[in-house]
Amino acid sequence: MANELVLSLRSLSKRFGDVVANDAVSIDLYRGEVLSLLGENGAGKTTLMNMLFGHYMPDSGSVEVADSDGTLRPLQLGHPQAALEAGIGMVHQHFTLAENLTAIDNILLGSESLWSLRRNRGAARRKVQGIIERSGLAAPLDELVGNLTVGERQRVEILKALYRDARILVLDEPTAVLTPQEADALFDNIGAMTRDGLSVIFISHKLREVLAFSDRIAVLRHGRKVGEIATAEADERIIARMMVGADTEATARAAMQAGDPVLELENIAVKGKSARDSLHRVSLTVRAHEIVGIAGVSGNGQTALARLVSGLTRPDGGEMRVDGRRVTKFDPQTLLKAGIGRIPEDRHHDGVVGAMSVAENMVIERLDADDVQKHGFLRKAAIRAHAQELAAAYDVRGPGVDAEARLLSGGNMQKLILARVFECAPRLILANQPTRGLDLGAANEVGRRLLEARARGAGVLLISEDLDEVLALADRIVVIHDGRLIAADTTDREAIGLMMAGEHA
Amino acid sequence: MDILQILLTDTFWEAALRIATPLIFGVLGALVCERAGVLNLGIEGIFVAGAMAGWLAVWLGAGLWGGIVVAMLTGGFFGLIHAILTVPLGLSQHVSGLGVTMLATSASYFTYRTALPNVSSPPRIEPFRPLDIPLLSDIPFLGPVLFQQTAMTWLALFLVALVWWVFNRTPLGVALRAVGDNPDAVDAQGLSVYGLRISAVVAGSMLMALGGAFLTMSAFDAFFFGMVNGRGWISIALVIFASWRPGKALLGALLFGAFDAFQVRLQTEVGAFIPPQIFLMAPYVLSIIALVVVARRADYPRALLKPWFKGQR
Repeated sequence: MANELVLSLRSLSKRFGDVVANDAVSIDLYRGEVLSLLGENGAGKTTLMNMLFGHYMPDSGSVEVADSDGTLRPLQLGHPQAALEAGIGMVHQHFTLAENLTAIDNILLGSESLWSLRRNRGAARRKVQGIIERSGLAAPLDELVGNLTVGERQRVEILKALYRDARILVLDEPTAVLTPQEADALFDNIGAMTRDGLSVIFISHKLREVLAFSDRIAVLRHGRKVGEIATAEADERIIARMMVGADTEATARAAMQAGDPVLELENIAVKGKSARDSLHRVSLTVRAHEIVGIAGVSGNGQTALARLVSGLTRPDGGEMRVDGRRVTKFDPQTLLKAGIGRIPEDRHHDGVVGAMSVAENMVIERLDADDVQKHGFLRKAAIRAHAQELAAAYDVRGPGVDAEARLLSGGNMQKLILARVFECAPRLILANQPTRGLDLGAANEVGRRLLEARARGAGVLLISEDLDEVLALADRIVVIHDGRLIAADTTDREAIGLMMAGEHA
Repeated sequence: MDILQILLTDTFWEAALRIATPLIFGVLGALVCERAGVLNLGIEGIFVAGAMAGWLAVWLGAGLWGGIVVAMLTGGFFGLIHAILTVPLGLSQHVSGLGVTMLATSASYFTYRTALPNVSSPPRIEPFRPLDIPLLSDIPFLGPVLFQQTAMTWLALFLVALVWWVFNRTPLGVALRAVGDNPDAVDAQGLSVYGLRISAVVAGSMLMALGGAFLTMSAFDAFFFGMVNGRGWISIALVIFASWRPGKALLGALLFGAFDAFQVRLQTEVGAFIPPQIFLMAPYVLSIIALVVVARRADYPRALLKPWFKGQR
């Protein structure tokens, strides 16, 4: 059974303007196997899968899919409907669920005739129940999707595909939004499904789970397939080298004695609009020469914490001290002046002003400084020269310092923000999801800079949903769950994962 | 007569339901469009077009039900213009809607003047008569309120039930609700986002045109300029009041009808002391207050106003 070919991508190519997104990529998939598609951001993984699913039309190449008898037949490209009918199901990174419908409505959407006068659901519901029993993908079928947890929504997405008799399931970064336990449960479900004959393509850039859960790994780099390896023969070093094209060096962390507190929160309460953005009497200390990692699943109060420390929210109770001085006035400018540097979560939205130039964005947090303005007029030439210096020092590449900031790639935009923050030598750095969406190279650069700041004597508050990142960078780990902070005295993934899910280990 | 006693008379409630009828059509029409994710500000103009086209068809001898069909086709035509501009072309729904209102209004006046160049007083047609169902209309209170309405009021009440049934009990309704919440979900399941949205806008516009047709073919018997008088806009506000639900839409329309009927009767009671404009204003002010109370918690269709393009995600 292991050698039964179910899907064959034959030298698919796609370019967008001058950019080659995929260059003659060929991939085979066998019945009952889990194939990992691995690559950095922009390596072309998602484009490839979008061609398979009919969202994009390839410039050249072809796809063959086995029908229910196992005979390979060419797939009509560019039509999602054809892919659905051929038994290909795709679970996108951003769920395609209607939140105002129940789970079962979402699963059956499009499979019933639009013109029938009523919904006749007995048989359909029994089929869904059968799939749930075989795969273990439990979800409350009659609940509105808007009320489901992220993990449940993902299971509904997969059920949608299985209900349509998918024999090939494509999962695009499925664990990005899950706790480690939820992720493990997902892989258990996938195991059960592959034993049933389902084949899975699993897109990821987390080396750990790729090694743990796949049978075979295909690596893409710059739109080309650069290698394929049986998981049994691979280790992290080998695949990291294949992904990046060179050995990556994890930055060495020197041991360091933590100094005086730079940020102290004492019994801080924030009442947000919902439980998702509230904090309940939290206390936290970040010292000089220390990186404190806040681990947690998104939507557990990280946003409230970040907004508080940036001065965008005032607490409803408790006390916050920066460098030992009590903060009485909560506004961004005051806290900036008090020595807090911010790397915001959404760099496009909160980090830069996209329509302004790179140079302007570099000074935007200190427009009143003497090297930026004189008598209320901007010193354009000085700003420009300063920007060129910073861009060189922080390796901000792109169309130049006069170009609009929105034209920068994600990694370079983040470097711009790093340059702006570090230049002011802040006492505390608030780094909220600093590597989200960055490729391995850029992410390592962010980590290196944060460690550099720590060595200089700054404290770093690192908020991240990526537990591996927190484990790699932080001196101390604090878990955030349901608006509460719990110090983790361990670096054990399993134990921290349980805390992230709200279970006290 | 005591002021509160007004509320107990059957004529008051009969009038409330009659005044509410065009709004029921309007709110249902706007609801169908918005549930699918498209705001249709063409409603005011589509009311005018429906009123004019339905009346003209009857005047030309098409018969009352023929007039209803012509009004719906006219509404559907203007709805199709709005749908093409906003759905596949993705233009601003506000701008397109207001444009359709201006176009439909002016085209209606133009057609009226061209068809009847030489009349000074508006010609009259024989409109829908109250059904006056024997026995039932003799029931005290309920009889006059419910069973002396015209066929169009009954049609409106029937449509409330039909729209509710479609949205809550059929796969088509599920797909329409989904396309107003997350078009990607609909696309990923192999249904046509454009097809669903265009159909919804055309169907909704047909309902709106019925609201206009009620004015010329049931409430009055002739077409006047300016006779729609903001009923389309009120419908748009009432949809929010109704939280996009057909049952509440009926309630909202009845509430407005009751305000309006009440103010007319109140004028005759205390009109000597208070200027009449205050009374004319009252239903609108009360609607705004009701909206403020309800709409703060409004749960908008998530994809409302957001254009969707195939192949972009």
